[in-house]
Amino acid sequence: MNEFAKEISERSGQPISSCYQCGKCSAGCPAVQWFEWPNHGFIRKIQLGAKEELLKSHALWMCIACETCGTRCPNDIHISSIMDAMRSMAKAEKVASAEPSVMAFHTSFVDSVAKYGRVHEMSMLVNYKLKTRDFFTDVGVGMKLFFKGKIPLKPSRVAGKADIDKVMASSADKR
Amino acid sequence: MEKIGVFVCWCGSNIAGSVNVERVAELARELPDVIHAENYMYMCSDPGQELIKAAIRDKGLNRVVVASCSPRMHEKTFRKAATYEGLNPFLVEIANVREQCSWVHQGDKDAATRKAFNIVKATIAKVRRNASLEEIRVPLTRRAMVVGAGITGLTAALELADAGYETVVVERDDQPGGKLRRLSKTFPYHETADAILLPRIEELKNHENITLYLGSKVTEVTGYVGNFEVKIETSQGEEAEEEIGALVVATGYDLYPVEKMSEYGGGKIANVVDSLTFEEMLKKSMESGEPVKRPSDGKPIESVMFIQCSGSRDPEHHKPYCSRVCCLYTSKQATLISEQNPGARAFVSFMDIRTDCKLTEEYSQQNTEELGIVYIRGRVSKVWDENGDVGIWTADTISDQRIEMKTDLVVLAMAVEPSKGYEEVSQLFRASTDTNGFFQESHIKLRPVESSTMGVYLAGAAQYPKDITDSVSQALATAGKIQSLFANDELTQDPLVCSVDPDLCSACGLCVPTCPYDAREVDRRAQFSRVNEALCQGCGACVAVCPNKSCGVKNDSPTQVLNQIDVLVEDESAA
Repeated sequence: MNEFAKEISERSGQPISSCYQCGKCSAGCPAVQWFEWPNHGFIRKIQLGAKEELLKSHALWMCIACETCGTRCPNDIHISSIMDAMRSMAKAEKVASAEPSVMAFHTSFVDSVAKYGRVHEMSMLVNYKLKTRDFFTDVGVGMKLFFKGKIPLKPSRVAGKADIDKVMASSADKR
Repeated sequence: MEKIGVFVCWCGSNIAGSVNVERVAELARELPDVIHAENYMYMCSDPGQELIKAAIRDKGLNRVVVASCSPRMHEKTFRKAATYEGLNPFLVEIANVREQCSWVHQGDKDAATRKAFNIVKATIAKVRRNASLEEIRVPLTRRAMVVGAGITGLTAALELADAGYETVVVERDDQPGGKLRRLSKTFPYHETADAILLPRIEELKNHENITLYLGSKVTEVTGYVGNFEVKIETSQGEEAEEEIGALVVATGYDLYPVEKMSEYGGGKIANVVDSLTFEEMLKKSMESGEPVKRPSDGKPIESVMFIQCSGSRDPEHHKPYCSRVCCLYTSKQATLISEQNPGARAFVSFMDIRTDCKLTEEYSQQNTEELGIVYIRGRVSKVWDENGDVGIWTADTISDQRIEMKTDLVVLAMAVEPSKGYEEVSQLFRASTDTNGFFQESHIKLRPVESSTMGVYLAGAAQYPKDITDSVSQALATAGKIQSLFANDELTQDPLVCSVDPDLCSACGLCVPTCPYDAREVDRRAQFSRVNEALCQGCGACVAVCPNKSCGVKNDSPTQVLNQIDVLVEDESAA
């Protein structure tokens, strides 16, 4: 196995070398139309060591982790875990995301959890909007949610915040 | 008095490379009662064996130790040489100085030489107390039994019956023929299954040497090779008893249930069927001249998707192995539907096409070319019902695209698994199975039709998925094995079995459940536990469990084992 595949295997805990390219993952994937290659092709590229190409890909950020592929895979490979490992690798190596808005959402979400122990929707949204500079999309829905009390102004307190801090600190380089 | 000869083999450089063989022979010559010791390049060669024979002849040796390779290699060779000179073969012992010394101690010749000599010394301590033994002779019943009357079982039975042996056939179904009864035509010549099967069934029913038990099952098996006693529960609920010398397990296969493939709608969608059901649909259409119709509404089938590897090659959820026969019958089924419903389109979802029998590659290639069967490389993810049509999500990994399509019918080429009740069969006949439940052969290459119990043979899909050709070959192989067994007047067996000292035995019976071969039985009248020498394999489990030390394996008595340990410990304390 090449070094890249080995590292991704270890980080994700997924048996990448078991893939025999049956394509059952691609056949059931609801997001595959936004990928450069179908799911099995993505795994094949890891087996072949195409690191740079994969870290720059749209597929990396378009996987919605629905787990259809992982549930059906005859070899128990969970692509969503592989995507997580590769996203953290892309972030650590400062590779520009092919989907900046997905990356912005991801960062705003995780930062919010790190700060409050759970997501605080209001500050996360502000954060996200500032990052993307896209202020008007979804405003209608946002207002509806706000008036129903789904986007509180004040963050709620979480028991065990200290434990969450520990988790966040230990994974600081991976998110 | 013992006159012991020691023969040290070089095995070329295998032993001589790391053991000083001359020195081992020299040291051995100094030991009490050793009147001859020598070394030679290849003891197993003709001149080497001649050295042993000459020493027995000229010096009157009555014990022989050959320091050489593992006894599994040449014990028989050297024992035969001794027998030639009139010495009882069980007075010859091997000191394994190759696998247990020279091969594992390369690079320290002094230490390896010392160890080799110790092994020789310990073997001398054992052989001193060896007794002359004779092979055990067991009578033989020349009648055979075949369990299962599918194409495999009936082939084996007819072969044995034609050879003149009475053969008992037990079949749990109420008619013979097995799965072949359900099939339409066979690959590669499209001969009908009936044309293959029906004449053979007639032969089976009318053969003077065959006793056929239909709707029956074996309930009890006792005895051993050459002398089995079998109880059979007949269709009338009566109990029959048969005495037989050997038997064939030909219990065949079942399809892995479609219900297990929930993502393909198995068992829920009417127009998703397994491959045997589709065979029956083809057969019915063949007989009636009507086109093949879909189950939900009787509409003639215009398109069909065959999904190969349904339940096979899926170590995570189903069966890890390849079911071996599906690639070819799928090609056949796709061809037959194209012939019987002209204009019908056939699609096949596959991962690899495996054509491993004579003419099958040409067969499947020709079908694809001439009939335009569309092979799509990729596993189907999901199948659903769409008002009678069947919706399919799949992928083609060759063109890297996802495919959504609709057909009239989906045929699942389900995995082949051992037939229901195989666990019971395995226990009855003491024939072990592998992790997938298929009967385990003794050696995958050299003893493919022998089970773990002597006299019990394996054939057909009970051992692993097989097509008719291979099943018939194996059936004939078992018939051949049984005929060579029956060519003996009586059976002989290694005499290295357990023995009991009746004076020491208290008939406590601890040995009875301990014995893995059912060879121990307490004789209540004589008040001690007997050994059935025909069943005993000399494993020594009873020796270990006996509280009175009344049992021992012949030529491996507790005294002999302790003497060997004494010799080895002596050297340790001297060093």
